[in-house]
Amino acid sequence: MANFIVINFQVLFSGLALGSIYALVALGFVLIIRATNVVNFAQGDFAMLGGFSMVAFLGAGAPYWLAILLSLVAMGVFGLIFNLGVYYPLRHRSFLPVIISTLGASIFMQNTVLYFFGPQPRPMEKVFKTSGIEVGGVFMDTQYLTILGVTIIAVAFQYFLFERTLFGKKLQATSQDKDMARLVGIPVATMIAFTFIYSAVLGGVAGILVSPVLFVSIGMGSIIALKAFSATIIGGFGDVTGSIVGALLLGVVESFGAHYISVPYKDAFAFLLLFIFLLLRPQGIFGEKISEKA
Amino acid sequence: MKKILALLALGILIAVLPYFVKISPYILNIFMQAVTYSIAVLGMTVVLGYTGQINLAQATFFGLGAYAVGLGTVDAGLNFWITLALGIAVATISGFILGLTTLRLKGHYLAMITISFQQIFDLVLNNWIDFTHGPDGIASIARPSLFGYTLTDDRSYLLLCALVLYAVIYFVWKLPHTSTGRAMRAIRENELAAEVTGVNSLKVKVIAFTISAGLAGLGGALYAAGFAYISPDNFNFARSVEFLTMVLLGGAQSAFGGVLGTSLLILLPEWLRFLKEVYLAAYGLAVILIMVFLPTGIWGLISSQAAKYRKVPHVDVDGIADLDITVPITDPAPILTLQNVQKHFGGVKAVDGLNIEVARGTVHALIGPNGSGKTTTLNVLSGIYKLSAGKMTFDGHDITDLAPYERAGLGMGRTFQNIRLFPALSVVENVMVGAQRENNPIAPGQAALRERALSALKFVGMAQSAEVIVQNLPYGHQRLVEIARALAGHPKFLLLDEPAAGLNQTEKQELVALLKRLRGHGLTIFLIEHDIGLIEQVSDRITCLNFGKQIAEGEPTHVLRHPDVITAYLGESSHGAA
Repeated sequence: MANFIVINFQVLFSGLALGSIYALVALGFVLIIRATNVVNFAQGDFAMLGGFSMVAFLGAGAPYWLAILLSLVAMGVFGLIFNLGVYYPLRHRSFLPVIISTLGASIFMQNTVLYFFGPQPRPMEKVFKTSGIEVGGVFMDTQYLTILGVTIIAVAFQYFLFERTLFGKKLQATSQDKDMARLVGIPVATMIAFTFIYSAVLGGVAGILVSPVLFVSIGMGSIIALKAFSATIIGGFGDVTGSIVGALLLGVVESFGAHYISVPYKDAFAFLLLFIFLLLRPQGIFGEKISEKA
Repeated sequence: MKKILALLALGILIAVLPYFVKISPYILNIFMQAVTYSIAVLGMTVVLGYTGQINLAQATFFGLGAYAVGLGTVDAGLNFWITLALGIAVATISGFILGLTTLRLKGHYLAMITISFQQIFDLVLNNWIDFTHGPDGIASIARPSLFGYTLTDDRSYLLLCALVLYAVIYFVWKLPHTSTGRAMRAIRENELAAEVTGVNSLKVKVIAFTISAGLAGLGGALYAAGFAYISPDNFNFARSVEFLTMVLLGGAQSAFGGVLGTSLLILLPEWLRFLKEVYLAAYGLAVILIMVFLPTGIWGLISSQAAKYRKVPHVDVDGIADLDITVPITDPAPILTLQNVQKHFGGVKAVDGLNIEVARGTVHALIGPNGSGKTTTLNVLSGIYKLSAGKMTFDGHDITDLAPYERAGLGMGRTFQNIRLFPALSVVENVMVGAQRENNPIAPGQAALRERALSALKFVGMAQSAEVIVQNLPYGHQRLVEIARALAGHPKFLLLDEPAAGLNQTEKQELVALLKRLRGHGLTIFLIEHDIGLIEQVSDRITCLNFGKQIAEGEPTHVLRHPDVITAYLGESSHGAA
């Protein structure tokens, strides 16, 4: 019996860690949704780029911490380029061309990386060298603990930024009504550019953190992004708290599903959960019903 | 007809070409791929190009058709034609179910749910090895025979596929000019307006999705026998994106665009061999560039250039019959009754307990300062908003829980404050959407719809512009087209949201005359308007709102002199002065 409880806690713990990764990518999603009303289908590839930036900088001989720093700077630059190349030219069009454009960007990013790094997945060192700690029989991997810790910090930082600073208010104003924000003197284009930079960095953080667990591979971002996006729908489209809760829920469901039902179909559980939500509660856990204005 | 025959002759000539000219099996294979892919891509034309709904699971439906043939012929030993029918059926039914459950959701959700469906399909194909053969795929799928001829030869099988493709092209080409096809395009252009005009948007979207899935199933079934070998890699998410790119590159809004895009993208790798490994990267880049520089695809660009040189067809205005919009008033009961109607948004009571009766054949105006709940009331009436509480009866029917298109079907027409037409459709097509509402008492068939639409346009004085694309019309004319669209449905009741907004004095007087004419025909009109002068001229009765509540109701002279109304409009301090 005690063993049963320990195993379940173990599964719960890895589910939460997995969910935290989704949450980091989901936060980036939500920021872009709120700023531009479109979903960035290349959000997961930011995580992939983060992972490969690490591979590149470590390969060039940079120490681990410096490599992280340089990777995050590189991610910021990617975010800016992404904004200028993929979103900005289409900013006045409906959402459909924009999401198709982000899909194109995703294919472009993955295959460009493939060209330079080849198809072989790369292993990655953990952030901390110690393997983990044991609490009451539940083994907690340091990398998983780091992931949880960084997610909490990122969420707290984002809350502070959005709710407690003038800059955050400007971002919120931009997301709610671009024309009005422009009229009161907020540089809307800059605000959106910042949003892309910030969410690219967030994606990069997720990629760097998850690399030691999943290996760095071309496709690592796509599947994370799908889960993260499912999480934002489950939590409530465009809702920050909701997407975090949704992400953690998804991670836990997946972890238990893999443990008790089937490992090969691990990815299917997330999508089934998504289907169930879309059918029964499409506005998500925290979302309000959306109605179009006439 | 001549054009069609000429095209068909050309098509058959191309399809039988391999019998006369020696073409290498490799090239024949490329043709086979182009033909079977095109069938699936034409499905995308219907769902994305015509209806404006994204579908990122087209490869799944393609795969369902292919696996039906593969598993059916190889494992179950069934006849090819039976498995072909089975494949189309499975794809169609899956499309129908997926569409029915998810098409209530808008854009992003639909993109996501179709991706999820695609991923689940991929997982099942790879992991349910006992049934699907897993990653190894299915080999030695045999080609069929037809009327005693075996189609094992590349040339004969290709001919079969080409003929199927021509039939599909013809169907997809003609679809936009059917009622369903027109409804699809109306949804793409403005879903809310389509619904209010009488289009059952969920039904039409599900039809589009189902057709699309069925075509993909057909293409996939032909593909399986064409290539004799299938594996999960042929039907993954990347393939869905490829189908999407093909339809976008060629031009999503035309059957020819879809085929053009498919052919180009299949031939492109042959031409772009020098790109080698970066080919896929270039492909992704191309998607972005198409979106930025070629939003309507290659065919869209060609046809818009061609349109510049084509003269807009002349419309014989004198030959158009006068519009019959007469509504006999036999029932003395009010046409519309609102009982304690409430609409709350969170804690805001936008409409708070309205009790209104609208008598038949009258003009009833709803006035009130900005933010008093007028447009919300109209949206509640046309069914865009669901009531928080209360009851609405229209012409003897309880309409409280009816969808907008069902209300249109009962004879309720509407215009919008900021005009909601279907911008890319012609003027007459816009109005035809209005004419094709359920229960409209006109003869069946497209000719009758067109006739009705032209009559409605003549009634508002816009018949000479019938063939113009509506977004090219000036603002005042667009308003008239919107009214014609409502009138084409032979409404008993017309909801007008600030019809005079943006009109000059002459146009306003024309509007007054029009409203009086309409009332003369027995129509009941319920309108919101800020121009008090206009209201005094046309209305029989006025209801004034403030903060979502009725503050006055009655004859115009009574309401407009009511102290509460004056206070609401001019503010508290001016009360004494007034």
